[in-house]
Amino acid sequence: MAKKVTSDIRFAPTGMESPEKGGVQKGVDLPEATGKKHKSLGLTIQQIKDMYQQMYLQRRFEERAMQQYQKGKFGGFLHLYIGQEAISTGTVFAFNDDDDIITAYRDHGWGLCRGISANEGMAELFGKATGCSGGKGGSMHFANVKEHFWGGYGIVGGHIPIASGLAFANKYNGNGRISACFFGDGAVDQGALHETMNLAKLWKLPIIFVVENNGYSMGTAAKRHTVAEIVDRAKGYRMKSAVINGMDAFSVYEKMKEIAEDVREHSEPWFVEIRTYRYRGHSMSDPQKYRTKEELEEYQNIDPIERLKAYMLHEKLCKQTEIDSIEEGVEKEVLTAVRFADESPFPKEYELYTDMFVEDNPYFHV
Amino acid sequence: MAVLQFREAIKHAIDEEMSRDERVFIMGEEVAEYNGAYKVTEGLLDKYGYRRVIDTPISELGFAGLGVGAAMNGLRPIVEFMTFNFAVLAADQIINHATKVKYMTGGQADCPIVFRGPNASAGQLGATHSVAYDSMYAQFPGLKVICVSEPNDAKGLMKSAIRDHNPVLFMESEQMYGLKGEVSDEEDFIIPIGHGKIKREGSDVTLVAHGKMYHLAVQAANELEKDGIECEIIDPRTVKPLDLELILQSVKKTNRCVVIDEAHPFAGFAAEIGFLIQREAFDYLDAPVLRVCLPDVNAPFSKPLFDAWLPSPKKIIDAVRQVSY
Repeated sequence: MAKKVTSDIRFAPTGMESPEKGGVQKGVDLPEATGKKHKSLGLTIQQIKDMYQQMYLQRRFEERAMQQYQKGKFGGFLHLYIGQEAISTGTVFAFNDDDDIITAYRDHGWGLCRGISANEGMAELFGKATGCSGGKGGSMHFANVKEHFWGGYGIVGGHIPIASGLAFANKYNGNGRISACFFGDGAVDQGALHETMNLAKLWKLPIIFVVENNGYSMGTAAKRHTVAEIVDRAKGYRMKSAVINGMDAFSVYEKMKEIAEDVREHSEPWFVEIRTYRYRGHSMSDPQKYRTKEELEEYQNIDPIERLKAYMLHEKLCKQTEIDSIEEGVEKEVLTAVRFADESPFPKEYELYTDMFVEDNPYFHV
Repeated sequence: MAVLQFREAIKHAIDEEMSRDERVFIMGEEVAEYNGAYKVTEGLLDKYGYRRVIDTPISELGFAGLGVGAAMNGLRPIVEFMTFNFAVLAADQIINHATKVKYMTGGQADCPIVFRGPNASAGQLGATHSVAYDSMYAQFPGLKVICVSEPNDAKGLMKSAIRDHNPVLFMESEQMYGLKGEVSDEEDFIIPIGHGKIKREGSDVTLVAHGKMYHLAVQAANELEKDGIECEIIDPRTVKPLDLELILQSVKKTNRCVVIDEAHPFAGFAAEIGFLIQREAFDYLDAPVLRVCLPDVNAPFSKPLFDAWLPSPKKIIDAVRQVSY
């Protein structure tokens, strides 16, 4: 090998600052959305309206949360799901209510569509005793275990093996439940995923691994942090796989329903890449210099919530006034939640020591 | 009383708990068809079948995390590590997830899981197979850390560990698996977690030693007895919760203490015991608390270097003489 000038040596692929050198500018390309209408998907008009309400709730909840964060009402991290709502909503509508769902730290949307009320969610963000996790989890650790939402987890890839354990217990008990593990494109690079995919295929676990590929692992474009197509990871494990358009709730619903049925019937894992886009930064402190305004606008123009609204009007499923009233209801719910969170008490000081152990008088070293 | 090997005592405990509770299962590398790398699980596959005795790939992070999820979802996993030296690959699951999931969900999910296997050195196995992790894990809130020295303790505490509703680490030793000892044949014999034991009474100096180190302490005490020095030996049996009261009572009687710990010196078990004794029994001490532990270097392979590295009865005797002025 000829000797190279050391200043020319590169490791990580170049970002958007030098596109002429092959720099990556775009996070993700979308596959075609399904062309099917709600009837052929088996969705009723009421379900469509509920889907719309759910997606709109996730959006407005987070927009209000962002305001409250900027006003200094709470601290910590705040990772927003805005732009990705079709994934949580389409999936939850496709699954049985007792199927198990677990996700990473971008978890507000998942919590809201698995039974966490706006009040409990907002109070959790505020660190209040009335929050879904008693104020001990915060933004990254929403959970509603009784409704089979096992929570948001903060270590990238850390919850993936845990998801396989949920699936293992379901198979062990033969209860017919399936599990789905959601994680970002950044987690694809973690060893935890690969160990778990191997185990899941080897042991035929009823689980769906779902990459919510929003184009960026924090500030690093997908094509700058991982090789080849993400979905092709499935091939090495001979796992069934799919790529889904995550900007369309119907596409997510259709495919996730098929996959869930297949997993339930055959007890074997799937690997699914749902392509989507994160409108906001990784967290609130992200200046977003790694992407162009045009790229963001491209996705905002195909917004999943606007898309569903347009469908409802075009198909004459309801009138604009009905949509307005859904939106007003959500707006009220979210504003009430802000007030509820603000007025709720913080956990009492003794709560510092609760929920560590199961027993009543546990040992704490002093 | 029946005389059992250490490995048999552990197996009996697992066997009894598996037959008592359908939710208990065991997984790990070579635990099933191979009958256990150290034969702790010998015969369990034949008795309980492939659903409950499960061979894993060499995938510590994967199967430890699988165990955490299974525990959250209602089962009671026993996860065997071939050694805790390999469990470092699974540390994220033990430290970041098993210990924290209950707290961060505000109590919504429990994690009743046992992580078990040999800990610390086992002869000339080189730097990466010789580390004692009990002090490190005891540092983290939410874990119970058991580290036993004799078959009877192993059986009674293993049964408690499996029944505990929280994550428990149960630490053994490759070099002790063949060790024989009397084991209670009392039906459903249980030793509660968090209780140490005075294993030898003496009036001159307190030796605190757990795991493999307990046996070195016994050898040292036997030698010292010839010179008229009577050692009291306390085996804490569980590193956390720590039975501090038992240690303090002894120190208040002997006024001298040497802690033997197969870990490196910085911020370890011995350091903690020393700190606690000065805080709680300062006025009773006639000499500084000393410790016999590993030097602040990695485990060497070469036999003479390895022998110089490991705590020994001689080092314990020297320390006892140093405090017995």
